[in-house]
Amino acid sequence: MDDILAEFLTEAHEGLQSLDGALLSLERNPNDTALLGEVFRTIHTIKGTCGFLGLPRLEKLAHAGENLLGLWRDGALPATAEGISLILAAVDRIKSILLGLQTEGVEPAGDDSAIIAGLDAASLRPPLTASPGPERPALPAAEPTPGSAPQTIRVAVDVLEDLMVLASELVLTRNQLLQIARSEVNSPFTLPLQRLSQITTNLQDGVMKTRMQPIGSAWQKLPRLVRDLAHELGKKITLDMTGAETELDRQVMELIRDPMTHMVRNSADHGLETPAQRRAAGKPETGHITLNAYHQGSHVLLEIGDDGRGLAVGMIREKALRQGLATPAQLAVMSEREIQRFIFRPGFSTAASVTSVSGRGVGMDVVKTNLERIGGVIELRSRPGRGTTFTIKIPLTLAIAGALIVEAAGERFAILQNSVLELVRVGERGGARVEMIKQTPVLRLRERLLPLVPLAPLLALEQPPRAEDATSFVVVTQVGAQVFGIVVDRVFDTEEIVVKPVTPILRDVTMFSGNTILGDGSVIMILDPNGIARATGLSVEGGGELAEAPPRPPLGRGEGERMALLLFRAGPGAPKAVPLGLIARLEDFPAERIEYAGETLVVQCRGSMMPLVPLGQASPMPPPGTRQAVLVFGDGDNAMGLMVDDILDVLGAPLLIERGGERPGFLGSAVIAEKVTEILDCAYWLRQGGADWFGRAPAKEASHPRLLLVEDSAFFRNLVVPALLAAGYDITGAANGREALRLREAGEHFDAIITDIDMPQMNGFQLLRAVRDGGPWEDVPVIALSGRAEPAEVEKGLAAGFTDYIAKSDREGLGLSLRRALQPRHAPAAITAPITG
Amino acid sequence: MPSHSQSMGRAAEMVLSLTVAGQPCGVPVLAVRDVLGPQTITRIPLAPPEVAGSLNLRGRIVTALDLRRRLQLPARPAGQKPMSVVVEHQGELYALLADGVGEVLSLSAAERAANPPTLDPAWKAVCQGVHRLGDRLLVVLDVERLMQIG
Repeated sequence: MDDILAEFLTEAHEGLQSLDGALLSLERNPNDTALLGEVFRTIHTIKGTCGFLGLPRLEKLAHAGENLLGLWRDGALPATAEGISLILAAVDRIKSILLGLQTEGVEPAGDDSAIIAGLDAASLRPPLTASPGPERPALPAAEPTPGSAPQTIRVAVDVLEDLMVLASELVLTRNQLLQIARSEVNSPFTLPLQRLSQITTNLQDGVMKTRMQPIGSAWQKLPRLVRDLAHELGKKITLDMTGAETELDRQVMELIRDPMTHMVRNSADHGLETPAQRRAAGKPETGHITLNAYHQGSHVLLEIGDDGRGLAVGMIREKALRQGLATPAQLAVMSEREIQRFIFRPGFSTAASVTSVSGRGVGMDVVKTNLERIGGVIELRSRPGRGTTFTIKIPLTLAIAGALIVEAAGERFAILQNSVLELVRVGERGGARVEMIKQTPVLRLRERLLPLVPLAPLLALEQPPRAEDATSFVVVTQVGAQVFGIVVDRVFDTEEIVVKPVTPILRDVTMFSGNTILGDGSVIMILDPNGIARATGLSVEGGGELAEAPPRPPLGRGEGERMALLLFRAGPGAPKAVPLGLIARLEDFPAERIEYAGETLVVQCRGSMMPLVPLGQASPMPPPGTRQAVLVFGDGDNAMGLMVDDILDVLGAPLLIERGGERPGFLGSAVIAEKVTEILDCAYWLRQGGADWFGRAPAKEASHPRLLLVEDSAFFRNLVVPALLAAGYDITGAANGREALRLREAGEHFDAIITDIDMPQMNGFQLLRAVRDGGPWEDVPVIALSGRAEPAEVEKGLAAGFTDYIAKSDREGLGLSLRRALQPRHAPAAITAPITG
Repeated sequence: MPSHSQSMGRAAEMVLSLTVAGQPCGVPVLAVRDVLGPQTITRIPLAPPEVAGSLNLRGRIVTALDLRRRLQLPARPAGQKPMSVVVEHQGELYALLADGVGEVLSLSAAERAANPPTLDPAWKAVCQGVHRLGDRLLVVLDVERLMQIG
């Protein structure tokens, strides 16, 4: 296509996009001259360019529109609703001609005389009697400020996509390099590699940002849609949009655009009542449709709601019965919520009559399927007479995801973390057990019967015979309302992966949603729970037991990041939990191996004595012949074990700790997997085992580097302190910068300072300035540990003089950075320990 | 295939020779991106039998096709490691697993013969022609057609 023409199309498209919105506000404020000026200019520009490019059809249409708009602008005629409808019709026609122009390269043939005649007639109509129009300001509508340099440039989407692919490959190569470097001690590559790693992360973030768009750009057409629907249906509707600036990946946006439009259409057509009905129900005549978007973790939540009549449960029940989707007996025991979810079944439409607006055979099932394809979840809340709200949860981006690496029959596979609800270890004595109902494996999980899909036979993998009671893991996942478990032999780490599509010759294998390269360089297939559900007859949205919907996300935003937790039982009372990341490994010792060394229980483990601390047991020494489960913290010489009764589960859950019942050794309690659970205070228990343990060798103590941790969150202090203690550091805590400086005045000395950035009273930057301004701490390395490690933040931090700037979640990074900052004075062992078992 | 070989022009006569279960074969040199020694190959469950798995070539995922299976030849004896000839097909990389990779041969058109009409239909579908190489016959494989599986 001609370059000039392409340029014109882009420009016209952009102009027209904002035009709909402008015309609608004009309808509400017909006297807004600035707005009139804007609309006039857009149409005028199109007309001018069309004349230049030789596009007669467009030119005539734009000309007729411009005439009428000109009269309005000059106050010769008042802008009326009918007039605006005419302009909107002309704009629509212009859009469709532009579309033809884009695909064909020439103006499509067609007859616009009716529209033009309408516009001309409106222009000729004599002005209404009174008011000669709005008072005109002395100045014409403001022109854009001349001379301001453009802040944005246009880049072809292909270029961005290519950049994204390259950045992804760089990430994979980086991961590989890091893996190699980890196995080499004192490699000269460590430093430059860490820098490369940081730059790669920043680059990746930057490239991701170029793909982000505010969700508002997908909403632009909705006000117009709602207006037209209101006219057509004879309803009064206002559309409220909040969070239009919420950004998400443009690929995701393209995929949700249609489902979203469909749902707004549904709300207007089925959800909202006519003004008469609303009056009769004692509600205001005007119905509201609300759109709300916001971020939560690595997801975007999108709410589409109305204050209409709500879903008619009775009608849904009747229809489900008629269509044979459920028996009367099944329906009788279903909750209202479960019945409402029937609208997600294929072919189910609640509209009593098929209107021209909706009920075109594209139902909520299509919306749901499309969302699930991109890892989204749809939830529904409806109250009779009060309205219906759909909540959609979608990942921010499809390109990079956290994945759980599992093994079945000796082969490794990845499962995307956002499809994993929880992880259950089965087969252990006393623990959960897989039961068989005529060769169908099931798992009893919290009063629910979970259907299981063993992965190895499903993938036709030859499974070497395993012991009857061998441990395996159930990855609990959910497709639609169906919760089921995938049985695997082992679970490894989680890893950030770049999802790549599978090669076309494998398109018939529906079990995989993609593949990727892991840090060790091997290729791994990504399992697709949707494909697995289909292949095993766990049909989506139906069949078998209807599971409860997942819990609604908390209304507050941002808090409660999911965290991998180890659940266990120790002593009487509630189950206990500890962040999995703090545990080096799990051990199971025969009672005979545990012995007393003085007052302390110890066990010989990997060539050294490990002290054991009983947690809640009445008599610490287990009876002979039994085995003792132990959580091991730290590594090597610094390991210590916590004796517990039973390991229950490993699962990911948001950790919202409620303080209370000040019990020593526990931070408080949280509701995990629907049960009140006590959260372990690791620092306390490490002190229990280590009071004399760390100080055991006074000669060695001098070699423990001393750290100061400045952090206002007690919870986070409790996370970091045990890890650092275990790595052989001495550590002192301070709640903010002021407190830290008081320690300086008291003559304390530290080898390094780790500080949070956002703190009350005195933040990390202020503390840094105070430290560097002279005094005994002038040369002490200061490492910033921040929740926000955006590239810009990091740069700002390093420029301010921080020795390093690490994300709070990056425990390995902190370890590396500390070792580097303390070189050559001290070099303690690695801070991280792999989680085995 | 005539159109195919013609479009390749003179360069089509340069082929990389390889052996598959003792049978000398060749692939046009222009189609070859890389030749690799034995690689770690990840099996892909439920894939067509010709697909041996996938491997990592400098950060790109390459699908491995076993030429023995593709040409319906007996399976490779255990312990014998295949070589990979990496080719590109519709923007994707594929590794053709062969028992051995030889040198690049310049084949003169005069020595080329069409597929014998009695050739195994499965072979006929993927062979561009046969070359007389001294006392042996070399089968020139058509990469595009090799990919048509599944």
